[in-house]
Amino acid sequence: MMEHSTKDHAELALDFNKDEDRVDWHDETLWFIRQKRDKAAHQLPEWEALREAASQIKNNVLANLHDYLLQFERNAVANGIEVHWAADAAEHNQIVRRLLNEANVIRMVKSKSMLTEECGLNEYLANHGIEVIDSDLGERIVQLAEEPPSHIVLPCIHKKKEEIGEIFHQHLGIEAGISDPQFLTETARQHLREIFLTRRAALTGVNFAVAETGEFVVCTNEGNADMGAHLADIHIASMGIEKLIPEKKHLGVFLRLLTRSATGQPITTYSSHFKTPREGTKIHVILVDNGRTVQLGRKDFRNSLKCIRCAACMNTCPVYRRSGGHSYHTAVAGPIGSILAPNLDMEKYADLPFASTLCGSCSNVCPVKIDIHEQLYKWRQVLVKNGYTPKAKKAGMQVMTWTLSSPSLYHTAGKVGRWVIKYAPFAVNNKLNPWYKQRDMPASPEWSFSEWYKQNRQP
Amino acid sequence: MTSRESILAAVKANQPETVKLPDIDVFETKEKGSLEKFASVLQGVGGKVAYVSGYPEIARTILAQYGSDVRIVSPVKELKDLSDENLEDIASIHDLRNVEVAVLNAHFGVAENGAVWITENEMQHRVLPFVTQHLAVVINAAAIVPTMHHAYDLIGKSTYGFGTFIAGPSKTADIEQSLVIGAHGPRSMTVFIIGNDNQSGQGQV
Repeated sequence: MMEHSTKDHAELALDFNKDEDRVDWHDETLWFIRQKRDKAAHQLPEWEALREAASQIKNNVLANLHDYLLQFERNAVANGIEVHWAADAAEHNQIVRRLLNEANVIRMVKSKSMLTEECGLNEYLANHGIEVIDSDLGERIVQLAEEPPSHIVLPCIHKKKEEIGEIFHQHLGIEAGISDPQFLTETARQHLREIFLTRRAALTGVNFAVAETGEFVVCTNEGNADMGAHLADIHIASMGIEKLIPEKKHLGVFLRLLTRSATGQPITTYSSHFKTPREGTKIHVILVDNGRTVQLGRKDFRNSLKCIRCAACMNTCPVYRRSGGHSYHTAVAGPIGSILAPNLDMEKYADLPFASTLCGSCSNVCPVKIDIHEQLYKWRQVLVKNGYTPKAKKAGMQVMTWTLSSPSLYHTAGKVGRWVIKYAPFAVNNKLNPWYKQRDMPASPEWSFSEWYKQNRQP
Repeated sequence: MTSRESILAAVKANQPETVKLPDIDVFETKEKGSLEKFASVLQGVGGKVAYVSGYPEIARTILAQYGSDVRIVSPVKELKDLSDENLEDIASIHDLRNVEVAVLNAHFGVAENGAVWITENEMQHRVLPFVTQHLAVVINAAAIVPTMHHAYDLIGKSTYGFGTFIAGPSKTADIEQSLVIGAHGPRSMTVFIIGNDNQSGQGQV
């Protein structure tokens, strides 16, 4: 279902920017969420100390991941949970399929799990005759629209309510022209309630898994993860190996930070702790690597594994807000996605670390203090060294090197540039110049600084 | 080599030098949990608060609110009069699909976020607090902790198969960030607070 586009971030952003009103609306909506995050954070005087503690706990997790994984497995198994290990996306998908086959299940309900997006699970299962219905409202909407989510917390933030009304008209049989969020949500409630009550298998993501106790925590506002899991005979929980935390008391730190950072709420409506299976039912936890151990070995980039998927870095990012989640063509968009994706495939995602102004706003709001903008900068260097530079940028950089290495060439180029902007603006104000997109070139000064200096200050 | 072995080997080879866990006890201040704050935060996330003198008043309030024609269930012993249905007897959890109101005891509330902690023991069936159209929860006025750190201090000593923090009714803002109450779970959540001498008898839902 995930579209495999060959366009890069800049081209996809250009598509999104065709509708200027929508861009403004998208920008303002996400900035509003960023402001709600600020308001929530400022209510806690210990906020910065909490971020520091969360960061240190996650550092400890990465340094002791081997032992924590074993400890979690031992305790989870003792609790009656079955633990599976998946080296990559393909193995994860095969395990899910095998578990469903063994139980003769061909229809599953799924709550939000970005990991299953990363693994392409829905598509894989559909190809093997297994139907998956996403139960998070936003995810159900994009699923019906046959699109990937554009945001990890707000999957359909790019869609207008009129479009959602049209999707529900086509797929859920409501009258045409309805756009009232209350009515649309009620429609989805009725539709999905029937799904929850008829599905024997449910898959959920995992927000945190506790090594000390072998339990895991799933957070939602809608209650969809719980509705699915508690009504099913089989609960499959998919998690990246980096989701572990050492002890239960550490949940106190992370649950205080997660939702305040994500939406500005003090906590999600539901923070559910699954420790043992319900009588007569099964819980399976799948521990997935899929490139995480490689990232763990990259000294400059391993900190990206501390991420708790709150999306604060997306909501604050001036590029994300004005280019839309789909322009990142990966399951996790935005700044954090741009440092995770190149680890999986440098060639395919070489454009993403360049989709940033390096302003650092992402690092400033990150609840676990990931140095996101610094990693973006470091990825650029790794990508260039490995020959994955976008072509246009490469040509431009060569001209730039040539010009900057010769003072006379530099002065001439400056003069030519000022002359052109003054007398022949069409030569730069055109489609060939990427700086002209969405902005006018500035008026050119009469003279350069060095010319001015020669005339006014030089003795 | 199995995937388990290869993942563990790769983790061991690539994990960085160990660093100590931070001291998080510093966040556990000596302050007491404020009932007022709990109530106002809970109301802020769409929950309702009712101060009552005891279980008989809870039963009266619920009957007055919802009437006796709808399916009301509760595993709370003191609320036997509210419903003659024994939740242990239901044949399948799917039979809970048409529950209108469920009343459950909770262990405690958290002032900073308006959440209450409920475990499987108080639910009888895990799905009950989610599948019901309206959820009512009972806590003691003294059982309020200030923060999540204090909460896990209490939880740490208990055992449960399933436990959850619930803060308000189920909700979503997935459509253009418009808040809608009643996503997949309860359309309302009321917390009945027993034992607050100043305000009991002023039950208002």
